[in-house]
Amino acid sequence: MKFLCVDCDRQMTFEERRLPGDGTLAAAFRCPQCGRVVAMLTNPMETQLVASLGVQIGGRTIPAQPLEMVRGMVAGGKEDAFDEGKRETGNVTWSADAQQRLTRVPGFVRGMVKKIYTDYAKERGIAEVTTAVMDAARAELGLEGM
Amino acid sequence: MHIRTYHELTEPDRSGLAAQIMAQRRRVAQRLAGVERLIAVMSGKGGVGKSYVTAHAARALARVGRRVGVLDADLNGPTAARLLGARDGRLAVREDAIEPVVGADGVRVVSMDQLLADGRPLAFRGPEAESFVWRGAAEAAALREFVADVAWGALDVLFVDLPPGLARFQELAELLPVPPAVLTVTIPTPESGDAVRRALRAALERGATPLGIIENMTGGGFAGTAADDLAAEFGLPVLARIPWHPARDTWDRLGERL
Repeated sequence: MKFLCVDCDRQMTFEERRLPGDGTLAAAFRCPQCGRVVAMLTNPMETQLVASLGVQIGGRTIPAQPLEMVRGMVAGGKEDAFDEGKRETGNVTWSADAQQRLTRVPGFVRGMVKKIYTDYAKERGIAEVTTAVMDAARAELGLEGM
Repeated sequence: MHIRTYHELTEPDRSGLAAQIMAQRRRVAQRLAGVERLIAVMSGKGGVGKSYVTAHAARALARVGRRVGVLDADLNGPTAARLLGARDGRLAVREDAIEPVVGADGVRVVSMDQLLADGRPLAFRGPEAESFVWRGAAEAAALREFVADVAWGALDVLFVDLPPGLARFQELAELLPVPPAVLTVTIPTPESGDAVRRALRAALERGATPLGIIENMTGGGFAGTAADDLAAEFGLPVLARIPWHPARDTWDRLGERL
């Protein structure tokens, strides 16, 4: 999908994506000529359809994880289906409260979520993942439900 | 008012949804680069023993030293992992891939059965309302991830065990750089023959290469000549006739013909 500023006859450019947490999505597009901003709002069904395709409006902000769609969307997954032992975590550590919050994530997807937060911290030179870092990553990366 | 059309807008698009889809396709092709042959096991008819045949054909090839994988594409009724003794293994996560579980005779297996808690049906998190709109896309994406995100490694043969019907075959054919070879399983009855005929025809229309017909459950209560009829109609060999209680050499002979 693309957005056209009809007055300027210019293709609008993606500005920002927000996942408010209710299954919907908001994406803002700006006209590079007049600066007008429009928001595209998708309902839960439309949002889910896009997610099911494994694509992200606004482009990917983090590399795809293996079985990302399956792990993120399958309900009733086996708690111990995955062995994360072979994944490199580098020198990033986790604070006690961040670890506690992580335990609330279902085991089926926990390893992937941990990896995403760890990579987020590593890329920004953050030595320790805290709940504040998790909140920042969720907002920045659009990790709804993680 | 003049409004330019979609294809007339050629400026860079940060979302690049089409480019993201193309990247997914490239990942599939890269992952399958080490797979010598991909064989889709199909029928069109449920309950004819596709998974049973797949598992034993895979084991027969593995026993003679071939490197073999089985991708269980029956997401809603997965049985290949149990048949291959790979149901309870954990899938090891690497940086960019999942390692398949090694089952009987060294066959590498990935199945939804390894992922779902016991007795749970395949369900996706998401809005229930109008789930028919997105569920098909989610299942197709799961199939894509089973191909593209699994470290299949160098394989002589990767079997894809398809569910009944045509939809999953079409999703698979869409994903692959070239249409797959297909192995068609039927039971002797004319009803099975009718369903298999439609599936086989659909596969051929998508450019699939037919390897032949396997007639399962012969010599028992099922009467008919479905395998011979299909073989004559499509000019294909009957690769094996599998009795109700096959001996190991039945599978070994099938393996020799694949």
